Amino acid sequence: MNKHVMPKLTRRGFVIGTAAAGAGLAIGLDIPFGGPTVVRAADGSPEVNVWVVIRPDDTTVIRIARSEMGQGTLTGLAQLVAEELECDWSKVVTEYPTPGQSVARKRPWGDFSTGGSRGIRTSQEYVRKGGATARVMLIQAAANEWKVPASECTAANSVITHTPSGKTTTYGKVVEAAAKLEPPADVKLKDPKDWKIAGKGVKRLDTLDKTTGAMIYGADVKLPGMLNAAIKDCPVFGGKLKSYDEAKVMGMKGVKKVVRVNDSTVAVVADTWWHAKTALDALPIVWDEGENAKVSSESIAKWLAEGLDNAQPAYIGNQNGDAKAAIASAAKKVEAVYNYPYQNHATMEPMNATALYTPDKCEVWCGTQNGEAAFAAAIEASGLPAEKCEVHKLILGGGFGRRGMTDYVRQAVIIAKQMPGTPVKLLWSREEDMAQGKFHPVTQCKMTGAFDADNNLTALHVRLSGQSILYTVRPGALVNGMDTAAFQGLSPSGDAAIGYSVPNLLVEHSMRNPHVPPGFWRGVNVNQNAIYMECFMDELAQSVGQDPVEFRRKLMSKHPKHLAVLNAVAEKIGWGKPAPQGVYRGIAQVMGYGSYVAGAAEISVTDGSKIKVHRIIASTDPGYIVNPAQVERQIAGSFVYGLSALFYGGCTVKDGKIEQTNFDTYNSMRIAEMPKVECVMVPSGGFWGGVGEPTIGVAAPAVLNAYFAATGKRIRSVPLKDQNITFA
Amino acid sequence: MANLTINGKTISVDVEDDTPLLWAIRENVGLTGTKYGCGIAQCGACTVHVDGVAMRACGVTVSEAVGKQITTIEGLASNGALHKVQQAWVANDVPQCGYCQSGMIMAVAALLKEKPKPTDQDINEAITNICRCGTFQQVREAIHAAANA
Repeated sequence: MNKHVMPKLTRRGFVIGTAAAGAGLAIGLDIPFGGPTVVRAADGSPEVNVWVVIRPDDTTVIRIARSEMGQGTLTGLAQLVAEELECDWSKVVTEYPTPGQSVARKRPWGDFSTGGSRGIRTSQEYVRKGGATARVMLIQAAANEWKVPASECTAANSVITHTPSGKTTTYGKVVEAAAKLEPPADVKLKDPKDWKIAGKGVKRLDTLDKTTGAMIYGADVKLPGMLNAAIKDCPVFGGKLKSYDEAKVMGMKGVKKVVRVNDSTVAVVADTWWHAKTALDALPIVWDEGENAKVSSESIAKWLAEGLDNAQPAYIGNQNGDAKAAIASAAKKVEAVYNYPYQNHATMEPMNATALYTPDKCEVWCGTQNGEAAFAAAIEASGLPAEKCEVHKLILGGGFGRRGMTDYVRQAVIIAKQMPGTPVKLLWSREEDMAQGKFHPVTQCKMTGAFDADNNLTALHVRLSGQSILYTVRPGALVNGMDTAAFQGLSPSGDAAIGYSVPNLLVEHSMRNPHVPPGFWRGVNVNQNAIYMECFMDELAQSVGQDPVEFRRKLMSKHPKHLAVLNAVAEKIGWGKPAPQGVYRGIAQVMGYGSYVAGAAEISVTDGSKIKVHRIIASTDPGYIVNPAQVERQIAGSFVYGLSALFYGGCTVKDGKIEQTNFDTYNSMRIAEMPKVECVMVPSGGFWGGVGEPTIGVAAPAVLNAYFAATGKRIRSVPLKDQNITFA
Repeated sequence: MANLTINGKTISVDVEDDTPLLWAIRENVGLTGTKYGCGIAQCGACTVHVDGVAMRACGVTVSEAVGKQITTIEGLASNGALHKVQQAWVANDVPQCGYCQSGMIMAVAALLKEKPKPTDQDINEAITNICRCGTFQQVREAIHAAANA
């Protein structure tokens, strides 16, 4: 069977764990035993090009630059290469190139960054070309050997056939010759309707090791002589490490060193992590918490509420007509204020990285959503040049955006640098992971709608107030100070375009950036923006006595793809027909990450506070679907992540710190609470959208709208646990 | 020094008595299929069998585990054949990131030993592991598939 195998790291004789897990491919770029122009993999097999290595036994090694964190991108990308390559899918294995190799070879694999639901959609064209180019070269090599025109040869399942004579050979037999050919200047890609491997729900390539315990994650790395580090950063963001009393812990069992990591962070290094963590907990630490210790959720909320005032300055993200004037002169006006809290990614595997530093070399082993950013962090933290650094990517125990950041990589390198020659594995405790998140930002939103005397919606004003992610994380991406991503799902056009046409529309953002560090959290700003828009759409419909779906449809005639997914879920859930006794429905739609999605939920509510979700319907139009089985899993998973945040999430600030410390205070849905998600795929072609994130946007509003239908009560604040509402 | 019986082998580990079994398994024995997720017996990523019962290894001390039969995910297969739960997991393509799946599989294997044909309600009550990727739909399908295998 297919197995996700990555080569063992052979350099320096290190072996990571028992499974052949991700240490990057050990390419023989500097080992020219096959001729000057052929690049070889560690086992000597030639590269046909950077994406494809073929072994004599026809095993096809497909290189994957993006990171696998559960979302299935590794399998999907391999499907796309294999489709064009015409190789035998049962003989496909994958491996990660390393960021160091990429830089040394002038980035032939392109961008390593894996976020924004871009894993497939922004690399599909060049990986398919990689497969197609390799196929052309392999066929040409066979034709050359047979002295026949390549046009008389075809390839399928790693077998090349000369049609007139019936002669056959295999990829493994001609790969040496193929690797020496000039690649074709241009190749024609298949029409997706002719796909045989892509577009099919083939099994993932990384499943077996995930069922036997053999898969090696960052937290599982073992290196000879390795020590373990536990770490604590100042719980008040922006605070400083004043002092610590290492004498109190140096005598504790297994403790080797106490390290000042930076001006706010201390780590204990010990033989085992349990010893390191035990000593760290016992270490007397004095923090200089600074001004931020005065900040609380209440003070943040007050500051954000001020931003809802139209007199305060705001960036305009979408505008047509004159919404303020239309509202001022409207026959009827509806207004509501919503809010959405901080959220922690809470990946199942806490942040970790292993580093080995010597003055000649710095190597890092970690799960990362951005291998090149981790590489840059290693360079910066080690002070060594790029050619002396390397990052070995491992499979991630969850990412959700958190592992696009490199704080934990930098920390591991700094600690290892203080212990040259000794590999050190840094693992965060869950408590550290909760305290030192890169949080989904906090926002509030004032929604105002206006109607004419005939109950036509004439104006909509969306006034966002709250934190920008880009301001902190990627300030260079601000446009004249404006965070365009703050308008995800509400933008006039592009990857996250609004699905409604309103004669007078104003969408604006009063940017207010509290001290809590923000980050990209699965779905990012679609999460709250879809709640604000889709719950308010229900409020508007209700205010004029119209059906929520009919009300939306009237505004969506110029947005046929948004409308198509809305209609798909409405039809499937039986909108307009009676629901079972005691069951109520809610619906929502949004566009994000280039895809159109809609969701509908059926719930029942007991005592006004116990919600049972009976049924979820989800529709998505991502343009093309590479693996429908994995798309279904991303859609269902988006509901689990989104509804966990709605019911149980929310990170609160007290004395400048995050109050939630573990899964007992930041809970997550269990199997009993999650119904089956029925997917309606409507890929309409002609564009490539993402699937990992967009659906999360409709999870919460579909349930909140159903809650209103059931109870007549509007909920405009997350999480539900704060309003004593939970799962039945 | 404590003698632990893990996957049928007795192993001597040099740890303090109050060391959580999870860390003895991971760091002293070197079996890393059992995962750390929370350390407070909430998430279930560290679920192992102690005398056949699913337990969260972060909440069991080494001294409590001495003399007991401990099975980890690495010991679930027998004679080279995957356990029927693992087979169902492969057939149903259950894992996403996979980090919680060792614990999930161990919890399910214990459930099926107690209730060979669990109802959905049995599953709801017995399987309380956290999965942030949200594999629950496939987990439920695979449990029924394993029960009917």
